[in-house]
Amino acid sequence: MTILTAEGLTVERGGRVILDDVSFSLDAGTFVALVGANGAGKSTLLSVLAGLLKPDRGGVLLDGAPLAGADRRELARRRAFLPQNPRAEWPISVERLVALGLTPQLPAFGGLPGGFEPRLTDAIAVCDLIPQRLQPATTLSGGELARAMLARALVGDPEVLIADEPITGLDPRHAIDTVARLHTLAADGKLVIAAVHDLTLAARSATHLMALREGRLVAFGPITEVLTPDLLRRVFDVEARVSGDGRETLVDFLAPAV
Amino acid sequence: MTPSRWPTAIAFLVLALAVAASLFLGRVNVSPAEVIQGLLSPGASLAGLVVTELRLPRAVLAILVGASLGLSGAVLQGLLRNPLAEPGLLGVSNGAALGAVLSIYFGLSQAFPLATPLLGLVGAVGAGAMTFAFGRGGTLSLILAGSAVSGLALAFLALALNFAPNPYAAYEMNIWMLGTLSEKSWDHILLAAPFIALGLGILATMGRAVDALTLGEVQARSLGIDLDRTRILTLLGVGLSVGAATSVTGSIGFIGLVAPHLVRPFVGHQPGRTLLPSALLGAALLICADIVTRLLTTQNELRLGVVTSLIGAPFFFWLVLRLRKVAP
Repeated sequence: MTILTAEGLTVERGGRVILDDVSFSLDAGTFVALVGANGAGKSTLLSVLAGLLKPDRGGVLLDGAPLAGADRRELARRRAFLPQNPRAEWPISVERLVALGLTPQLPAFGGLPGGFEPRLTDAIAVCDLIPQRLQPATTLSGGELARAMLARALVGDPEVLIADEPITGLDPRHAIDTVARLHTLAADGKLVIAAVHDLTLAARSATHLMALREGRLVAFGPITEVLTPDLLRRVFDVEARVSGDGRETLVDFLAPAV
Repeated sequence: MTPSRWPTAIAFLVLALAVAASLFLGRVNVSPAEVIQGLLSPGASLAGLVVTELRLPRAVLAILVGASLGLSGAVLQGLLRNPLAEPGLLGVSNGAALGAVLSIYFGLSQAFPLATPLLGLVGAVGAGAMTFAFGRGGTLSLILAGSAVSGLALAFLALALNFAPNPYAAYEMNIWMLGTLSEKSWDHILLAAPFIALGLGILATMGRAVDALTLGEVQARSLGIDLDRTRILTLLGVGLSVGAATSVTGSIGFIGLVAPHLVRPFVGHQPGRTLLPSALLGAALLICADIVTRLLTTQNELRLGVVTSLIGAPFFFWLVLRLRKVAP
């Protein structure tokens, strides 16, 4: 059972407080949608949770062990991180791009050991990339590239997936697809944390909602309890309407709050 | 995805052919039979001496230097994710050139022939250390520091030429900076080989890191790659191998830029897979360029660095045109 705990995370940059004393605890089997206005500290929080950025104060624990002291490769095997707008720098094939997700599992030299082949094929199939398997990653459409990067993150079978705006820039169908995949991962017992701006999609698939405003944790809890017009006003300064529930939830932003 | 060994095998074959050609071809006409006999029983005949004391060290040095340039270019292009990166970028080549030119400037090379490569090594190490001191903390700052160190070394090179003690020294420096494999003995090779071997060994371990960098620095770090360590080891590897190579032969351009590009399409553009073939092909290219300098009879000796530049510069144009097409 994976538990990711944040204890008093504080990050300052050039005298500005980006994260202010953020604490929470996340369990495996949850899909946490992280929301907040631009500049609220979402990306910073995700980088800290992934162990890629050292907080100025506080720390992150994975199953009780501080990330700060964790072995790089061990951590890389247990959690996957997808930054905003990931891209491929060389025209390598989709298959090889996905295989890069196995880097922490591989020996220092040589190609991909035969035992990894089924996992690679699985990840490619799960993300519907079989037709593109040998296509250069630089020629993929935005939606295909996002799927390839997701396959790259999933191929190592991580316990924790941290994704920064995985659906931004995707068309409706691919956005719904991606969110559904994240939902399935959580249902399979993984911990998924993703920053999202589309609250309707988040409300329909995520189990939990975490809201940041100016670096402070405003709300965190099961999405059905936390997602209210009042919260949205506090987080985004916007009047909003939340209607329906479960798979029918609809979030409308109406007008700037006065 | 079976790891294909074909590109490495073909590059190795090309290198073997180039070495053979380099041993059998030359200004002095030595028959193939005499070449083989010379290799088998060194020192037995004049033809044998030509082979073992002139052609063989030349080929060995070409392999060491070409491999350094090719491998360094491949690692740097992977690390910086920039197809125009080349070994001179980190300042070590110009540092080595400056050290070597200073040995001529102060007349040390006349008193002690190995002073030139020795001071070249010192220059390379000094330039590498300076790049490291100023370029810590990021890939971009490493490139900028490398250019600054390169520029500084170049400025002092110009100064040394400007104040050359006599026309002969100026001529020596000029010639030296053009790059050449001629008049190199086994002593030169023994001096440079340990540094080159160490540098090549370090660079050969960078495969996984440059592969992961295909996904950008953030994802590479998330996959467990230590970027600081990767940058330091690259600087060290390039500094040792290219620094030592340049300190013996002078500046030789374009091999490090061209070799990885020739390899890339054959290995599916995966940076880690370009390393070994680039080293082999770099060596082969350098030997071929050297053969050209030996076979063309010109009034003044045609220098190796001139040949590689004459062939490499048009390649650069082609690269620019292609990149313009790929990236709008």
